[in-house]
Amino acid sequence: MARYQDVMARKGEIMKRALGMDYAQFERSPIAFDYEGMMAAHGYSLDDIRRIQRAAGVGGTPLLELRNITDLVRSYAGSGHGARIFVKDEAANMAGSFKDRRASMSIHVASEWGYAGVIAATSGNYGAAVASQAARAGLACIICQETFDSRHVGQPEIVEKSRLCEAFGAEVVQMTVGPELFFHMLELLEQTGYLSASLYSPFGVSGIETLGAELAEDMIAATGAPPTHVVVTHAGGGNTTGTARGLKRAGAVDTQIVSASVDLSGLHMASDTDFNRKSFTTGHTGFGVPFATWPDRADVPRNAARSLRYMDRYLTVTQGEVFYVTEALSKLEGLERGPSGNTAMAAAMSLAHELPHDATVVVQETEYTGAGKHHWSQLAFAREQGVEVRAGDPAENVPGSVIVVPERPEQIQAKDFDLARMRRSYVRNALSHAPEGYEPNPADIVFLAEDTNTTPATVEEIIAELAAG
Amino acid sequence: MNDAIRCEAGEWVEVEYVLLEVAERAGGLPEDTAATPLRAWVKGFARTTALIGDEIEVETMSGRVVAGHLSAISPGYTHTFGTPPPQIVGIGRDLRARLATYRLGGLGVDANVPQGLDERAGE
Ligand SMILES: Cc1ncc(COP(=O)(O)O)c(C=O)c1O
Repeated sequence: MARYQDVMARKGEIMKRALGMDYAQFERSPIAFDYEGMMAAHGYSLDDIRRIQRAAGVGGTPLLELRNITDLVRSYAGSGHGARIFVKDEAANMAGSFKDRRASMSIHVASEWGYAGVIAATSGNYGAAVASQAARAGLACIICQETFDSRHVGQPEIVEKSRLCEAFGAEVVQMTVGPELFFHMLELLEQTGYLSASLYSPFGVSGIETLGAELAEDMIAATGAPPTHVVVTHAGGGNTTGTARGLKRAGAVDTQIVSASVDLSGLHMASDTDFNRKSFTTGHTGFGVPFATWPDRADVPRNAARSLRYMDRYLTVTQGEVFYVTEALSKLEGLERGPSGNTAMAAAMSLAHELPHDATVVVQETEYTGAGKHHWSQLAFAREQGVEVRAGDPAENVPGSVIVVPERPEQIQAKDFDLARMRRSYVRNALSHAPEGYEPNPADIVFLAEDTNTTPATVEEIIAELAAG
Repeated sequence: MNDAIRCEAGEWVEVEYVLLEVAERAGGLPEDTAATPLRAWVKGFARTTALIGDEIEVETMSGRVVAGHLSAISPGYTHTFGTPPPQIVGIGRDLRARLATYRLGGLGVDANVPQGLDERAGE
């Protein structure tokens, strides 16, 4: 048998050892599984996780009120409009992003369970976080990263994230474009016996719950109430899931969860030629939509990141809008930060402009910036790849061909992605992954309703529509 | 970057290797990707002396021994901040001016005094 097929055929047994837990115990039917049971199986309470993270130097990041950005939005919002905008400065974590929260939990269990090292597949921030935590814990670390196109050219942001992983002592396997990255990760897991520090394990996603809980507490201290809205940069869905779960645990049950991604529609994620025309390496719709509508495509049997359960709205912004806001944040607030967090920032400015003065919008993260990750370097690189960069109306932005940088802040207008459509495609995907001819039972319908944050009646309707074609 | 073409044993180098040839790749790839092999690069300490392009083994930071063609000696990083894009440089100046105008307008004129303005008025 060819090497690729051979390794993939042994996926189940390799993953079982490498994940340190048997997911089969949570399965309920070909469609449903016990999500809360899976999330609770590690046995760590929120306070345990806080303690583990404090010991690892993670969390407790500052919450900053952005008075200048708030007033800027008020300068063009209608009278009485323009919510107060805050940001949780997650770049203050050791490896420069909220990903330290995820990594700290994976490394904690790797140490507890006696693994000699960890392996993760990631675009980079998570890799840096895993590498940093592994260094502190004295564990070996291998990061698999899709870094280059077939010409050996990489986006400066990706190359910078590789560098940071290597700075923390990780072995980085830099690969060309293709989903077979997962196959090589399996080979390495088998060869080394290391723990798979998946982004999508219950440990990692539980680690983000402290971010949601902290920001609820920070906001109560700052304003007397939890935030009315939290905007979350969304890709694989862990950020949305963990933050929303943490907010709920802290009692912030009325806070609206708004996920936000950069619109990269039209670009193919597995295409060698599109790879370097994205200008963003995460927080984009190329991950955001497929992962929300089929979370179990991840490198674990069941994904702990199930964003449709939690998002109340999903906003998209353009590449040019994010670069504009990145510069604005730097010049108006003295906060020079990287592109992913600023995706939520662009969406937050658009959202705040529709909301009254007394609403509060929290952008729940920033990430570090520097050479390569900086918006200037991403724009210079885009031009070298033949992408046109111009100033104008961001509605004319075309991912992969034209980046249009707004000329005025009122041009920043996030677009609502249709959640009903996302729920429908989730249900279609769930049905198509069950064996041919399987009829969903009432418990499956309840599960699908929970997994899409809707009602069993709506799920029944979607199923009937899909059956009718 | 280092211009040397020969590495000594123990030097920090990079090797390149093919993970999957075109014929071995997964099905369902876009045409452009399917037409190229899946390649990989990894850094480590050279186990022997070698010339650029030679087959060589390296020991990586995790202690793995990986074989490949020597692709770089003392591989560094050359990514930069780029240069100021003309579409970006004026944003800070323009927004500071807008904010100043808004706050002046807000003083005494609008009952809707911008949040936080009072405490800043004496700054
Ligand atoms: C800084 C930063 N923000 C947001 C995200 C998106 O998080 P998630 O993939 O959990 O949705 C990522 C992940 O790649 C990230 O690195």
